[in-house]
Amino acid sequence: MDKILVIAQILDGQVKKSTNSAVTFAARLASFLDSTYSIMALGDNLDAQTGDLIRLGADKVLTAESRGLDQAIAEHWSPIIEYVVRNGPYKFIVGPSSSIGKDILPRLSYRLEAGMASDVVGVSFEKGKVNYVRPMYAGNVNATVQIVTDIEVVTVRQTAFDAFEPVERTSPVEKVHVPLPPEVLGRINFDGFEKSVSERPDLTEANVVVSGGRGLKSTENFKIIEALADLFGGAVGATRSAVDAGYINNDFQVGQTGKIVAPDLYIAVGLSGAVQHVAGMKSSKVIVAINKDEEAPIFQVSDYGLVADLFKAVPQMIREIKKVTG
Amino acid sequence: MKILVPMKRVIDPDNVNKVKISDDGTKVSSEGLEWKPNPFDEYSVEAALRLLEEVDRGKMRGEVIVASIGPEEAIRQVLWCLAMGADRGIMVEGSDEQLDATVVARTLARLVEKEAPGLVLMGKQTVDGETNQTAQILAEMLEWPQATFAGRIEAPADLSRAKVTREVDGGSATVTVKFPAVISVDVRIVTPAGVKNNVTPADSLKRDGARYASLPGIMKAKKKPMDRYTLEGLKVDMTQRVKTISFSLPPVRKAGVIVETVEELVEKLKGEARVI
Repeated sequence: MDKILVIAQILDGQVKKSTNSAVTFAARLASFLDSTYSIMALGDNLDAQTGDLIRLGADKVLTAESRGLDQAIAEHWSPIIEYVVRNGPYKFIVGPSSSIGKDILPRLSYRLEAGMASDVVGVSFEKGKVNYVRPMYAGNVNATVQIVTDIEVVTVRQTAFDAFEPVERTSPVEKVHVPLPPEVLGRINFDGFEKSVSERPDLTEANVVVSGGRGLKSTENFKIIEALADLFGGAVGATRSAVDAGYINNDFQVGQTGKIVAPDLYIAVGLSGAVQHVAGMKSSKVIVAINKDEEAPIFQVSDYGLVADLFKAVPQMIREIKKVTG
Repeated sequence: MKILVPMKRVIDPDNVNKVKISDDGTKVSSEGLEWKPNPFDEYSVEAALRLLEEVDRGKMRGEVIVASIGPEEAIRQVLWCLAMGADRGIMVEGSDEQLDATVVARTLARLVEKEAPGLVLMGKQTVDGETNQTAQILAEMLEWPQATFAGRIEAPADLSRAKVTREVDGGSATVTVKFPAVISVDVRIVTPAGVKNNVTPADSLKRDGARYASLPGIMKAKKKPMDRYTLEGLKVDMTQRVKTISFSLPPVRKAGVIVETVEELVEKLKGEARVI
């Protein structure tokens, strides 16, 4: 039977929701193929994460634990996953379209002599072949593609598949021990990781995102939208130009080249709505735009637009929301 | 040291929402739109130029080679990169329909065999196809280390290795890769401190962004060497691993309403959208 292998994303000790979205995709694919999926995690020590992984409905959870694997170096992860695939029933390798998935899966795909579909937002099954839908041109075109190799590798866009809800049933865990091939050692060295500091939820996991653009004019002024985000327990995002201007760290960039988000509520403040930014947020359920320029393209994708000076409108909005929510 | 910079021409990224699809859904039409170098590739050219600046370029021991696969007209974008300051161009005749990430990587691997660069420096993705795969596939094909999504590159004067700060989920990861290597760049690589070669004085002021081609640069570009190849001539295995079946336009989000006041906005968010 052609089985599916899902590669989990663990960051900061947490199984990320991007993994749950990849599992939802895998479950759908499994229903087409009348098959099942396993989940594989790689890390230094996965004791703390196994509890979450075994409730994701898999027939099996595979863990590869070794010093340094938590650094997610593509040269190190690919041969280990390759070994598991070549010695198992796996024909479909699925990962989140996060920085780890984007970095590692293409390298792995070549080791597996496999074609790969990136950032998939839809899947269907027709005449024995899987059709993958993937966005191109900053989300302005959808391409339907087929992979024509024996093994198929896919990364899944988190916003396109609801997070898999954990189940009661638990999966058996199998530890895999694969020594790294000597030739991959020594070519690359991990020097360190600098965490971006935020007390707010992850952009990709928040129900509400408030984003600021160049109209915010300074780092100091980002506090205005932070206050609005905090009212909802939401996340703060930014446009590329706000990041380039140094107002906020690049980890908060929303758009084609940053994070792709689809919260229940997206509030765009002082940003014009360049196509690259819109590509990262247009799947949000409700979009609100506040901009003083009534011609700003952001109003063309907003459900509610307010033409106003953000420095007056946002504090007033905070007061009004507090009034109605008590 | 030679640096190979692959570059693809793409439809003007700022007007990409105006692309059309042929009636039979098999082609994306660029009608009425301009072609530009893929922005990430332009950043790679900039990063390559900065990396070699004052290290050894003056003595012509270093070279930035810009290579493109495309139709004959794509030579204009290669010339643009030469006008920015790259030393040499390579034009491989080919069309998008023949290519997928693997075929592109195979082609680049053939060029790497011919040129023996110490570094392939490329955009993390094209803004049209957006697969974000080619650098990683090429690195595995060549059995070289990879450092993707580089926001900062620091290299010692002997250019034997590079310390690369990668922009990843949750922060930034720093790795050191031994050359030869493949590095893919993210947008922040063109910030004033994006590239350091430890020869360029610390106070050397770089402008933000990729440099523009100067008029003398444009005049000089036409005289710079340009090698031409075909995919057949390079003996590239043309077997695609991913086939595009069709293109379609995603549903367009309709503009909603313009509200007059903050009170009205909050009222609608509560009563109508039910998000607060």
